[in-house]
Amino acid sequence: MIADILIAVVQLALVGLGAPLLTGIVRTLKARLVGRRGPNPWQPYADLRKLLGKDRVVSATTSWIFAVTPVVLAATMLASALIVPLVISRPVLGFAGNVIVLMYLFLIGTFFLALAGLDAGSAFGGMGGSREVAVAALAEPTIIVAVFALAMRAGTINLGGVVERLGADPQMALTPGHLLAFAAFFIVMIAETGRLPVDNPATHLELTMIHEAMVLEYSGPDLALVEWAASMKLFLFMALLANLFFPWGVPTEPSRAALARGGIVLAGKLLALATILAVIETQIAKLRLFRVPELLAGSFALALLSVTSRFLLR
Amino acid sequence: MLRQLRAALRAGIVTEPVTAASELESVGHRLREEIHRRFGRSLHIRQVDAGSCNGCELEISGLTGPHYDLERFGLHFVASPRHADCLLVTGPVTINMAEPLRRTWEATPDPKFVIAVGDCGRDGGMFRGSYAVVGGVSSVVPVDAVIAGCPPSPATLLAGLLAAIGRRP
Amino acid sequence: MTAVVYALAGIVGLIVGAVGVSGMLGVGLAWRCPALLPLGGVSLVLDPLAGFFLALVGFASVPASLDGLGRARRERRGRLAYLLFVAAMALVPLAANALTFLLAWELMSLASYVLVVQGGQARESIRAAWVYAVMTHAGLACLLAGMLLLGAWTGSFDVGAWRAAASALAPSARDLAWALLALGFAVKAGVIPLHVWLPLAHPAAPSHVSALMSGVMIKLGVYGLVRVSLDWLGEGPAWWGAAILLAGAVSAVVGVLSAIVDRDLKRVLAFSSIENAGIILIGLGAGVLYQAAGLPALAVLGVTAALYHALNHAAFKTLLFLGAGAVVHATGTRDMDALGGLIKRMPWTAACFLTGAAGIAALPPLNGFVSEWLTFQALLQNLLIEQPAVNLVFALGIAALALTGGLTVACFVRAFGITFLAVPRREAAARAHDPETPSRLAMAMLALSCLALGVGATAVAPAIARVGSHLVGTPTALPLGDAFTLKVSGEFASLSMPVVAAALILAALGVLAGLAAIGGRGRVRRYETWSCGRMLQTPRMEYTATAFANPFKRVFDFFYRPVEQIDITTHPASRLFVQRIEYANPTRSLFDDWLYRPLLDAVHRGARVVRRLQSGSANLYLAYILLALLALLVFA
Repeated sequence: MIADILIAVVQLALVGLGAPLLTGIVRTLKARLVGRRGPNPWQPYADLRKLLGKDRVVSATTSWIFAVTPVVLAATMLASALIVPLVISRPVLGFAGNVIVLMYLFLIGTFFLALAGLDAGSAFGGMGGSREVAVAALAEPTIIVAVFALAMRAGTINLGGVVERLGADPQMALTPGHLLAFAAFFIVMIAETGRLPVDNPATHLELTMIHEAMVLEYSGPDLALVEWAASMKLFLFMALLANLFFPWGVPTEPSRAALARGGIVLAGKLLALATILAVIETQIAKLRLFRVPELLAGSFALALLSVTSRFLLR
Repeated sequence: MLRQLRAALRAGIVTEPVTAASELESVGHRLREEIHRRFGRSLHIRQVDAGSCNGCELEISGLTGPHYDLERFGLHFVASPRHADCLLVTGPVTINMAEPLRRTWEATPDPKFVIAVGDCGRDGGMFRGSYAVVGGVSSVVPVDAVIAGCPPSPATLLAGLLAAIGRRP
Repeated sequence: MTAVVYALAGIVGLIVGAVGVSGMLGVGLAWRCPALLPLGGVSLVLDPLAGFFLALVGFASVPASLDGLGRARRERRGRLAYLLFVAAMALVPLAANALTFLLAWELMSLASYVLVVQGGQARESIRAAWVYAVMTHAGLACLLAGMLLLGAWTGSFDVGAWRAAASALAPSARDLAWALLALGFAVKAGVIPLHVWLPLAHPAAPSHVSALMSGVMIKLGVYGLVRVSLDWLGEGPAWWGAAILLAGAVSAVVGVLSAIVDRDLKRVLAFSSIENAGIILIGLGAGVLYQAAGLPALAVLGVTAALYHALNHAAFKTLLFLGAGAVVHATGTRDMDALGGLIKRMPWTAACFLTGAAGIAALPPLNGFVSEWLTFQALLQNLLIEQPAVNLVFALGIAALALTGGLTVACFVRAFGITFLAVPRREAAARAHDPETPSRLAMAMLALSCLALGVGATAVAPAIARVGSHLVGTPTALPLGDAFTLKVSGEFASLSMPVVAAALILAALGVLAGLAAIGGRGRVRRYETWSCGRMLQTPRMEYTATAFANPFKRVFDFFYRPVEQIDITTHPASRLFVQRIEYANPTRSLFDDWLYRPLLDAVHRGARVVRRLQSGSANLYLAYILLALLALLVFA
């Protein structure tokens, strides 16, 4: 019992305090790959700290939805942190949910953020909201079919169950069907977290924005919460990719040695994924908005192939 | 894609160290200590073009490139004034841009400060006295510092920005 | 007087609901009166499935009647028809023989027809009612044909006799009966492509009636499908389940796609009802397929998911329609592009509508999420059936359900955001206010029930599963976990809504506490929306409903086939000065163009041919009578 609570606290701290570091690492890697020295990986912490000390400027046309959204975003990410297997295969709230619950928890954030964008009454917010929900809607089928592919191999969709069953059979992670599902889910991660080539997180041109357009009105601590929630979403998606598809080294029982090993292995996997993401972001140009559905349809095709490969390569 | 990647890795990091002396003219409206404390490690800048000829903009855009790389000091350009701490204003402030500049300043949350860039930003520059120009950024919004030049080079700009937040290069 | 009628309807609803719940818990009732009607008389039987639908009818009519009570002072028409409507809907699940069923069904249709005709705008209501009457009677014709055939083949019109004799019927006969009956029920349930009446009739009727039509009447179509696929005709072949699943998948996707691009708030809700009927049918189809494959536990799961979604949809769709009714009454328009800013003028309605929108978008911890999750669990275990064709059908169902889930979120962000947020786009919306107390109470009741059905899933799901078990015929109830967690098929999947809700609330409180501790100065300044410092910011610059739907129109343009119409008026003095530009980008309905128009044209052509028989000559008509008489004498 005590161990469970301690592990829950560790997972919360890992996600809450470690997510900005992951975002910072991706930013630094991207800079180094294009020949710049770039910010140091701890920069997001300085940004968040500075934002917390600023005032808020709130538009008079907004309502309570605008005020509530940053808290909702942060809360859904923190609640998800208790369900995702990070340092242990069955965290204390792991029984409460599975991949589908997780995806819909993220959708709560998308729902409210799109509403907050509309709330300001500017064309930017509406445009950002409209594009964001379109991308989220088109990414849904891929997620569920990828979950189906996992369920086929693991016989369950409970996150802990998948991690344990796939972890017990390490060779399964290198089968073509599994790798196809991983590729499909990776593309979904890029779409849902708003990274290149779907959305440029550092763009200044409103017409090219998807996620940024919805947060143009936020300032001060609200902006800090929104940015923090976005980095937590990236962290959780990467952790899912790391621990669901390559569950080597995820401890199944809460012994100190196993947990320490699990933490180090997770860090290594996240670093590898961050490097892949940085390479993709710097080498592939941003897609035109109406080419994004083609990319998502391609990821759906990959997920379907993963499912059918199980029939063919029985 | 791999060819591109290989070329990038071969080129390596090309960022140059900051050597230019700062030509920052401080007008001293605010406590410098507060600005240094708050924004010493992280400054978000919103650049506003108040009718400039774009000469200053070209120099400012050089700051985001690999040679001058302002991000290594925690400086970052942002799209919305709500996200900004500092307004970097260029141009002599034409009559049509006076009100939008003021609204941009109002939309920026406190604490904030304004840096006027270029001779035009300081007092209208070569357009001073023209019928279409209000005359320097300080006639519309309170200015905290000026980086003069026509246009100031990216090295000068970077040195000036660092001096404004009290950061040694 | 009007108030009394609505109050009576509400009380009838409560009683019916209570009877329904007792039926679900196993109380069985039967009432026969052979003298009242020919062909077997009136026969009413209460079994668990009937009890479930009775509870649905009863509990949904309470808030709808409350809302009617609220508008009683300004709307007098249609009160008796309303009472008749509720009564007829309560009789349909109880009916246990053909004529009782058809009578109750027709009464329900006629009462709703009267209510649709009396709705708001005259010309629109009349056309809507006409299409509704034609479609519902086409469905009735199919039902009549199916039931008469069954009566002829089994020798009785009683449902019990059908159940007993079903296995003795020839498979092709049973298939024909099923097809006819399923078609008739599918018309009422709004299955694509028989749905054309729904987006016309539901917006035209007054809102509390639309709420009942969408929330309850559609479910009675589903009730018929459940009865006919799992009960009256015994255990059917797999293709029944596949047909239901595929029809549901198509309805779900087409329904939500049509909802996303529509500007009329109530028509969006009507199309969304088609979508949710599709989701219910996906669950039902899965259940029937599992039963045909000999997996009763999974069959019960599928049926449970379908019934749970039916209940949830009744809750949030009624809520959404009541909210839309409040908006329409307050602003006088249904066009979303004329609304906006209502959250500050109608805060109560906005909060309730938001709850309904979040529920229908399947956001945890509300009810829509639980039933969609259960449907997914039913679909994801299809590999236990080892037939690739069936697995393919399930895979299509999974993809369709996932797509509709995402699109529904988009649709209701649009519906709530454009209607309630930002600044009013036209004058009418600026003068809006919340409705009267009974209507507010009705909406609050439904919002709370959405929350309760979500967080209390561990109490509701086993009760519905018991209904499913009784239907499918398994002796023991389906094990569905313990007091806090729903567990499906052992360890396959688990869900704990109370824990998720608690985690969310605690996380939110933690964030607020953290902000208070380290949040710094916390000063707030009110200023205008950032619009690049532009001098003029008007409501014209807000995003419109049409604009919000644009990405979908472009991605799915093979379905919408939009037409661009640009109309430029130049100044009379010079063609170089443009005075006015009108831009319209309407979508075209696939079903109107490819199905209904050719069908209607063929009918017209046939009618023109047959008209030649009506020459107007009395001698020719006498000759027809003589020929008919001779034919009857020869063949009889």
